[in-house]
Amino acid sequence: MRSDRVALSLVAPALAVALALAVSTLVLIVSGNSPEEVFGLLGEQLTRVGELTKTVNRAGPYYISAVAVAVGFKMNLFNIGVEGQYRLAGVVAAGAGVALPLPGPLRLLGVIALAVGVGAGWAGIAGALRAYRGVSEVISTIMLNAIAFGLTPFLLTRYFQEEAASGTIDFATRTAALPGGGRLPSLDALVPGGLPSGVHLNAFVILAGLVGVGYWVLVWRSRFGFDLRASGANPHAARTSGVDAKRMTVFAMLISGGVAGLVGLSSIIGAAPYRYTDESFLAGLGFTGIAIALLGRNNPVGIAFGALLWAFMDIARTPMSRADLPREITTIMQGITVLSVVVAYQVVSRIARRRDAAAIARQVDDDPEGGTSEPSGGAARVGSPA
Amino acid sequence: MAISRCRPPPSPEPVALAATPAVELRRITKRFPGVVANREVELTVAPGTIHALVGENGAGKSTLMKILYGMQRPDEGTIAVNGNEVSLRRPTDSIGVGIGMVHQHFMLADNLTVLENIVLGAEPRFPVLLARRRARDHIVELGRTYGLSVDPDALVEELGVGERQRVEILKVLYRGARIIILDEPTAVLVPREVDDLFRNLRELRREGLTVVFISHKLDEVLAVADTITVMRAGTTVATVDPAQVTARDLANLMVGHELPSPETRTSTVTDTVELSVRGVRVAGAGSRPALDGIDLDVRRGEIVGVAGVEGNGQSELIAAVMGLADVIDGEVHLGDVDITSWSTRHRRQEGMACVPEDRQRDGLLLDAPLWENAALGQQTEAPFANGLFFDRIGARRRTDEIVESFGVRTPNSDVRAGALSGGNQQKLLMGRELTAEPRMLVAAHPTRGVDVGAQAAIWDQLRQARADGLAVLLVSADLDELIGLSDTLVVLFGGRMVARLDPATTSLEDLGCYMTGTDPAGGGDLDVDAASAAAADVAPGADPVAPTAAERR
Repeated sequence: MRSDRVALSLVAPALAVALALAVSTLVLIVSGNSPEEVFGLLGEQLTRVGELTKTVNRAGPYYISAVAVAVGFKMNLFNIGVEGQYRLAGVVAAGAGVALPLPGPLRLLGVIALAVGVGAGWAGIAGALRAYRGVSEVISTIMLNAIAFGLTPFLLTRYFQEEAASGTIDFATRTAALPGGGRLPSLDALVPGGLPSGVHLNAFVILAGLVGVGYWVLVWRSRFGFDLRASGANPHAARTSGVDAKRMTVFAMLISGGVAGLVGLSSIIGAAPYRYTDESFLAGLGFTGIAIALLGRNNPVGIAFGALLWAFMDIARTPMSRADLPREITTIMQGITVLSVVVAYQVVSRIARRRDAAAIARQVDDDPEGGTSEPSGGAARVGSPA
Repeated sequence: MAISRCRPPPSPEPVALAATPAVELRRITKRFPGVVANREVELTVAPGTIHALVGENGAGKSTLMKILYGMQRPDEGTIAVNGNEVSLRRPTDSIGVGIGMVHQHFMLADNLTVLENIVLGAEPRFPVLLARRRARDHIVELGRTYGLSVDPDALVEELGVGERQRVEILKVLYRGARIIILDEPTAVLVPREVDDLFRNLRELRREGLTVVFISHKLDEVLAVADTITVMRAGTTVATVDPAQVTARDLANLMVGHELPSPETRTSTVTDTVELSVRGVRVAGAGSRPALDGIDLDVRRGEIVGVAGVEGNGQSELIAAVMGLADVIDGEVHLGDVDITSWSTRHRRQEGMACVPEDRQRDGLLLDAPLWENAALGQQTEAPFANGLFFDRIGARRRTDEIVESFGVRTPNSDVRAGALSGGNQQKLLMGRELTAEPRMLVAAHPTRGVDVGAQAAIWDQLRQARADGLAVLLVSADLDELIGLSDTLVVLFGGRMVARLDPATTSLEDLGCYMTGTDPAGGGDLDVDAASAAAADVAPGADPVAPTAAERR
């Protein structure tokens, strides 16, 4: 039965991939593009160290963003506010991180702590509103996003902007660069065969890995995670079992926001320019994280595959346009993949349920006395039960 | 018992053993994925009789009736109505051949009148005014013929449960049904309403209608039916004459083996008060509190039964005891500790356990495996917790233990809880709460929707736990269960405790009176204030620890 379960859990992704490929091919044919050409290009990209490294670099923030969303999903909380949480956390961590009076690597920890703190705090507002005032976290995080989008440039220009060197006129809005101690070490040496010039392996991927392990331990192995999942699966039963729903809501949002705070650190502690600038700081990662969390079914390994796939398709845009193919193809294929995964898992879980029911029925059939094998010593309904 | 008193004089033998059967089901088989719900079922219902269909939950009664009412199609077998073979694809086909069904859960629109509800879906194609008059005449006539008195202009929301049921029956008659299926009609009724219902059924029989009556309350079936067919494990095992059998025989037929005889009752009640509720008030939806001035003690080894028509404060009492409700006044003590302000988790950790009213809603994670469900409520303690971590190995071991000793029928502990049958879910729940060896158990409807075999097992476990010193607060809608298991019985009405009774000397009628707010002495409305004062008087409760005068045994 357990091996059955493992087999079933492999069937679903296989089905999803097959479905995604089939629908994508169909869309390519209908839109007048050559599937061979597109898939050929993608296949070629798989063999290039440079493109693969870029994929991994891009997947790191995606992964963390998706984990942030997934933490909420595990408790039926929809944190749409990852976008605002990581932008705000990014600017504060970069701006205040420079000013931290900490030596060497401690500064790195300080920057990370700042990002986590700001993200958690911002999401915590939505958590508290939900727990104690009944405000839907969907609404409040959307509103908090809007506030964060305004607050971020305000903080940047007002408090964190790098002082222009005297005599020069510089309109660029950016923080000062983090000193060396606040940066992650380079991993370029680890890539076999070396990297093409201009490409670096961002050590941020290690942070993403740690977040993934932490997420797995917290949700699937800890007592807290049990309460979290129970609250998500059946809030009434969780409450009856002694879980404090309000407290769990606040904690889940704090954790989700704390993880979200890390998303923007990729270009602050992991790669050039090691500072916050409007140009280098990627926007939209929070919303992409929602799609990737769906793609990965909130599972730490699934999300990793989802993040890599998504990043791979992103990177494929440049070769596509170079080959005179519409670059939107990649976006369409990303969408098709998410839908395929949703459909495939639904189908497989139905099959699994049916098999469960059949297994139980078989067991009942094996026992012809059907329902009477209890060690009963009581009375029938006939008389009174005493 | 109320019902046995109204047993009719021996009814004339069903007129027509030779006549064409009203309904004849031959070799009906119905399979669902992985389950055979009905296998080779044979059922013959003589016209003009009340035919009861009894069996455990899951024995296939409901499926069979759904087939007869056209809601399910059989995979094999034939259906003949009044001698003609018919094909019933949908309920309208069944209505067309004169079969009507009264569902267990009423399907009435509260904001419409009786008349509107009855014609709803069967509106004649005449101008509205004329139709109304005709419909009213027809309904009044039906009511007169069959003794089903209901005011056609009354709003359904103002009717009691018994009256609503009469409306449902009228609805079926209005559509011209000559064969009426009633699905567990007495489940929602208090004893007096049951008597009324049975009078109505006999009236229908006298007018030549055929009634198929589904139930698992055997004494009721014996009181009203002309013929009884017993189902077990998806098939019909016997058709018997009620005059020739006892309830005990029927129960044995239903479960397929001899049931052990009831134990003699020995009191295990001690003097140690485990749970003490003092003057508790819980806010309700309106201005009236849902629960007011409740004084209650449960001692070690004692089962205190809480009776009442659903919605009279039982849920709030459970919630107040378990820390799930805001107690606005009064105190709850566990042993000699005031736990009023404790969280649910704290209460559980200190030895309180709860079998909730609605097991699927409040007690289980239907999509999670059994071993996670077994941990629910004890996830902070061994064997489920190991420091801050969840102990999966310990949880599985404990789950196997529960499955083994409480007879949960499942292939293994990785199965989703939702895949188990209701009875097995309940056994898992009871096992989970009792294996933790609590000091105090709140058990709400512990055998609701559970078949006879599992019911006996659960009663046994409760009795065993009580003998081992467990204090139990038992809330149930099953009066036999309450009277049979409880050492003390209290009645809630409108959020007040209106009676404290000794189950050994209490009659079902008196209990029914208190439950419906009727004065058992005079028959008028019960003076709730006086009654609750009297009930509280028995247990004067300033000091929660001192043994009170409540012990009347």
